[in-house]
Amino acid sequence: MSLTADQINVFAGKTQLLQELSFKAIPGQLTAIVGPSGAGKSTLLKALCGDIAYHGSVHLNGRDISTEDAATLAEQRAVLAQATPLAFPFTVWEIVRLGLRGDASPTLINQALHSVDMDGFSGHFYQSLSGGEQQRVQLARVLCQSWSATRDLGPRWLLLDEPVSSLDIGQQLRVMHIARQFTETGGGVVAVMHDLNLTAMFADSVALIANGRLVAQGTPQDTLTSEALSAIYGCNLQVGAAPTNGPFVMPQMASL
Amino acid sequence: MAVISPDAPLISAGDRAPRARSLTLGLCLTLLITSVFGLAVGASDTSLWHALLDLAAGRELSLRDEIVLWHIRLPRLLTGLLVGAALATSGALLQGLFRNPLADPGIIGVSAGASLGAASAIVFGASLPMALQLGFWLVPMAAFTGAWGATLLLYRIATRDGRTSVATMLLAGIALSALAMAFTGLLTFLADDAQLRDISFWNLGSLSGANWAKLSLAAPLILLCLGLARILANGLNGLALGEAAARHMGVPVQTVKRLTILCVAAATGLSVAISGGISFVGIVVPHLLRLIAGPDHRYLLINSALLGAIVLVIADVISRVIIAPSELPIGILTAILGGPFFLWILLRQRGIVDL
Repeated sequence: MSLTADQINVFAGKTQLLQELSFKAIPGQLTAIVGPSGAGKSTLLKALCGDIAYHGSVHLNGRDISTEDAATLAEQRAVLAQATPLAFPFTVWEIVRLGLRGDASPTLINQALHSVDMDGFSGHFYQSLSGGEQQRVQLARVLCQSWSATRDLGPRWLLLDEPVSSLDIGQQLRVMHIARQFTETGGGVVAVMHDLNLTAMFADSVALIANGRLVAQGTPQDTLTSEALSAIYGCNLQVGAAPTNGPFVMPQMASL
Repeated sequence: MAVISPDAPLISAGDRAPRARSLTLGLCLTLLITSVFGLAVGASDTSLWHALLDLAAGRELSLRDEIVLWHIRLPRLLTGLLVGAALATSGALLQGLFRNPLADPGIIGVSAGASLGAASAIVFGASLPMALQLGFWLVPMAAFTGAWGATLLLYRIATRDGRTSVATMLLAGIALSALAMAFTGLLTFLADDAQLRDISFWNLGSLSGANWAKLSLAAPLILLCLGLARILANGLNGLALGEAAARHMGVPVQTVKRLTILCVAAATGLSVAISGGISFVGIVVPHLLRLIAGPDHRYLLINSALLGAIVLVIADVISRVIIAPSELPIGILTAILGGPFFLWILLRQRGIVDL
């Protein structure tokens, strides 16, 4: 029971976005996908969601996702995009309700809003919110989808594309905490991350990606090293130890 | 993960479903009143009340009353209800598909495609080989094919990677409309006098041609489309967040898109076949309903059908009495009322939508 990509290649026209990339995430862990802009992080996440065409195979809970229908996949994994523009004036409550599956209880909607710290916003119009608030409403919808899945098809998964990029530091910690809690209840989380220190703090496993290839995958201690990071980001990065025992990345001014 | 206890009272500010359901009830009542009104009012001084009293007393209706009520007003009323419901539902479906409140079958060329199909059938129908002679079905089938072709073409042109460009959609719709109208115009040169009268009927839009035969043909299919639209509601709600998000939520996106296009083409095609091109109902009705009770398609579609039916029957009554004893084509009336409304939506949106 895992989320795996085996030897996948992705092309956009003649450009190769991912090359022979293999990746594995297991439930109960937060797996971060890390790498420079344009390395193929979001492309990998799209392939894991089945949103783009790829050569190779992607398996979710042991089943090939290319043979599963949308409804079956939605029972197993929910996806948070970087931004979700909206066509019509929905309220926050209505957006989160879209995540609700079947005849699950609407109290889940309030629980989801509570967990993303958006209590009291349910009557607001989605378009009137800030980018960070919209992102948290979408996270609430995604949680709602995962909580209200009815069929038992193995562990539940959350796939998050830069979930904290438009949030302030307090909200970043809150969202990462929600992701952690999800893994503690047996679910698996795969998140595309830009912030290396948040990654070091929260991830159980890190997949380092550069130029469409997997550079390394392992614990933050093993992957987030000065040599590896300095090489893929093209600048001098010093990794020290943070008070909590995790790695701590400090950019070095003089190196550029 | 959840700190709220399960028996905490449900806070549902922002849930407009109860309001939408009350609206459905209100619209049903209004529809009944409007229908009685539509039967009672007309150029003839026939009294619905007296006719009903006669029937209740077991007396035979006078021949004149029977003709006016049974053969003229009732089929016309039912046709108005069906066409109004079909056009407003088509509008709501198209807007959901294109993720844009400006999509309307009349504006983006779907109705023009249907008119071209109908006109082609009128002019060339007689010269088709016997195998293709569909008799009474030929004109509606051709109108459906025209509407379907136009919708499909427009969707292909305006949508790339699941994103619809509003500008491309409106401009391509104008081009398609112009093209379809030009070909319809060409056909008028090939048509004989009787065919010409039939074709010009489509360009204005009117319910005056309503009769039981046309109604019995169109009614089952339009009702089927309205039922199908209800099944598409959850899919269209998902599509409001974009194609990828809809798929992630478990919506079979391709199926929903194909069925929506089919449904719009059938409802619009049949409406055009029995009443001609009546524009703006499909844009005004869903827009008003979204303002009142929100964009949830589970309620928007059914409420659109009800309000569309009400609006068209009222418009038909006005068109019958405003210059009585002669009659204003209803398409002119809906355009006079709907045109400024469309401009109002455009102005309201100017700041929000990037045209």
